Amino acid sequence: MSQDDMHRMAFKEEAAELLGELEDSLLALEDQPEDQDLINRVFRAMHTIKGSGAMFGFDDIAAFTHEVETVFDKVRNGLFAVTKPLLDLTLAARDHIKSLLEVSDALDADDEVIQTRGRDILCRLRQLSPTAEPEPVREAVEPASELPRGKATYRIRFRPGPDFYTTGNNPLHLLEDLFALGIVRSYPHTEDIPCLEDIDPESCHVWWDIILGAQVDQGQVQDVFVFVEDECAQLSIEMIDSGSAAADGGVYKKLGEILVERGDLTPEDLAQALASQKRLGALLTESGVVPGPTVEAALVEQDAVRDIRKAREPAAETAASIRVAADKLDNLVDLVGELVIVQAQIKQVVSGSADAVLKTLSEHLERLSDDLRDSTLGIRMLPIGTTFNKYRRLVRDLSAELGKQIDLVTSGEETELDKTVIERLGDPLVHLLRNSIDHGVETPEERLAAGKPARGTVRLTAEHSGGAVVIRIADDGRGLEAQAIRAKAVERGLVSPEAELTEKELYNLIFLPGFSTARAITSVSGRGVGMDVVKRGIESLRGAVEIDSVPGQGTEITVRLPLTLAIIDGLQVQTGQEFFVAPLSIVEECVDLPRTDRLDGDRIVNLRGEIVPYIRLRDFFSIDGRPPDVEQVVVSCVEGSRVGIVVDRVIGEHQTVIKSLGRIYRDVEGLSGATIKGDGTMALILDVPGLLRAAVQS
Amino acid sequence: MSTDDISLNDNQYLTFVLEDELFALNIGSVREVLELTSITKVPRTPEFIRGVINLRGRAVPVVDLRMKFGMGETRRTVNTCIIIVEVELDGESTVLGALADSVQEVYEMESSQIEPPPRMGTRIKSEFITGMGKSGDRFIVILDINKVFSAEELNLAADAVGISGTVERREGTADAGV
Repeated sequence: MSQDDMHRMAFKEEAAELLGELEDSLLALEDQPEDQDLINRVFRAMHTIKGSGAMFGFDDIAAFTHEVETVFDKVRNGLFAVTKPLLDLTLAARDHIKSLLEVSDALDADDEVIQTRGRDILCRLRQLSPTAEPEPVREAVEPASELPRGKATYRIRFRPGPDFYTTGNNPLHLLEDLFALGIVRSYPHTEDIPCLEDIDPESCHVWWDIILGAQVDQGQVQDVFVFVEDECAQLSIEMIDSGSAAADGGVYKKLGEILVERGDLTPEDLAQALASQKRLGALLTESGVVPGPTVEAALVEQDAVRDIRKAREPAAETAASIRVAADKLDNLVDLVGELVIVQAQIKQVVSGSADAVLKTLSEHLERLSDDLRDSTLGIRMLPIGTTFNKYRRLVRDLSAELGKQIDLVTSGEETELDKTVIERLGDPLVHLLRNSIDHGVETPEERLAAGKPARGTVRLTAEHSGGAVVIRIADDGRGLEAQAIRAKAVERGLVSPEAELTEKELYNLIFLPGFSTARAITSVSGRGVGMDVVKRGIESLRGAVEIDSVPGQGTEITVRLPLTLAIIDGLQVQTGQEFFVAPLSIVEECVDLPRTDRLDGDRIVNLRGEIVPYIRLRDFFSIDGRPPDVEQVVVSCVEGSRVGIVVDRVIGEHQTVIKSLGRIYRDVEGLSGATIKGDGTMALILDVPGLLRAAVQS
Repeated sequence: MSTDDISLNDNQYLTFVLEDELFALNIGSVREVLELTSITKVPRTPEFIRGVINLRGRAVPVVDLRMKFGMGETRRTVNTCIIIVEVELDGESTVLGALADSVQEVYEMESSQIEPPPRMGTRIKSEFITGMGKSGDRFIVILDINKVFSAEELNLAADAVGISGTVERREGTADAGV
């Protein structure tokens, strides 16, 4: 890959991120159209895409974005308000930029279609733009020119020559012209005016230092002086602040810096002057005007404000982060896994030794490797909310397309999941949401007729539940018709007509391949692919999906995902000669199961008056040998209810590095992987919910 | 491994013994040979897959070739070895272990020395065999490792999981061995 390609790749990545940000901001603007901060964010994102796009040769993207940016510049300056059509168009423009980015990969892409779409978007955007001023034309001619956005600040030193008046000019007229451009602060220098006897009334003795804050470019300022340039002893116009960065309201340069910059003071002189200068606080205290503590208090406030401002700056931009290739991260996780295994082995060896120093060291090592493990895995964890915004857009666009009014309510955005899980969860969730919108929520008329509010709601929630993350998609739509599903399933030969199924079982039939109850095939869903793909997608993540519905009130789909951490805290247990590990996160307690409690056929244990069913691992896994007199029950909490797992012996906590059992053992029920014990042999990790499901089935 | 290495190893075979018969695998698919370590049994899976071993931090399934070929369970002796092979399983490269009573040597055979598999008369399914070689007056059965360890042979269909699946499987292998 050439250097250039690498840069282009980097640009694409950056642009993709910016487009995501842009979308978020636009969607947020829909709710708060007045928010100047959001408008600025939209503008900044586009500005950056344009700038770096042009730099890396994505000229089409730069040109297109420029036009959109121009419109938002006007919004930013309050020339017109954020409206829904504007947001629609801007979102469309964002999608267009995205497709431009993608097309740049494929050389044979259908350019014409995209070009046409781009032109169409721009055309409509221009129509939206209220003032048909000549300015846009100029910008279109030279899209690369860096026009000052917002108010730029210029420093002008205007020193008319002595013969200024003789050529018929009046400096006051020029100043008036400047006043017309924007805000002007001028400082007239009268020090050159001689005393009255010596004065030449026909010469100009006054000169000006002017600071102009105006929404114009440097050329326009220059134009004011265009006819007098030759008559001036000194004329300089400098842009000292382009306006784009001025929004933060920070402190402007210090006096000394300004003087040095203007050439009125040499840096050496400044340094000397500063060295002899006392701080204001010291001066005030010395003169006794203000007591020392008061000054100090004021200084504290000053410092605090400065620090807060500083802290705010990076937060307003992007969170400080670095980009790391995912495989490097995977490698790190692997290494930490190996370290944890070695640490466990050391611990085992040391526990048999009497050396106190060695024991302390081993404990240190354990603590360190625990922390290292947690923070390494933490790197891979992302809040699921990052993907929720994507769905907000989906719901917005789809409901508009279908003529429905739907709000997406999300919660649990902060729930963290492994990065790979989040990535692979995207498609299934999109399918599920599409289904809720298309089949679930009714049209406003239907809803009103059914006595519901016209606006439907789709709830997308995520939460931790034991060792799993539960994601729910619930709508308040028409619900599923159990009998329609049954009829369809029978028609498709998926169940026999006389099969007796509960409602829930009927609902879950829609996850079978080739099942679709939609009567009309829409562009959204209803092609009979979907739910089975969803189920497979989620199962490939070792998750489970379930559906429940109340006719007329809505449908709720529950997706349950294991955290799939590479390393978990586990509880090691033994049955016969086999060792197993249960995820500690779902273990509540361990109790003894005396022989007297074991009644034939009855697989329940009395836990302080509560009846808890149990699964005997020895029976379930057909392990040979005689159980000990007192077996132990690991009481776990699965999906809100307690269940016991009976083992011979509970060994203790175990740092469990999850190793995949691989392709061959993928379908084994009740097991989710393997781990390496302290002595180097392997132990199997129990999948307690899976165990429970399999036990209930048999 | 580069293509050069493969062509170099193309006529090299690792020979090993199951019961008293001599078998061989192309050296290209063999990764290493291990001493028999402790195998962790995975419940509710076919019995000829003996379990998993820890291969430098990876869980590697171990297949009992003798059970697979209907020769009864491999017994643990000082010579028992695990041959670690790399096979294509549903297009995915997978590392597996194969139990052998003993591993003999790396043996060189030109393709002219190898005869096509006999259509009948062998203890194992002829589709598992790429050819028959000879060492002195002993035959060497050259196995097609990808066929022996194909997804169907490893009984990966979802319905095969569970005790009943195991029983059926064992009957199936016994038939194949006759």
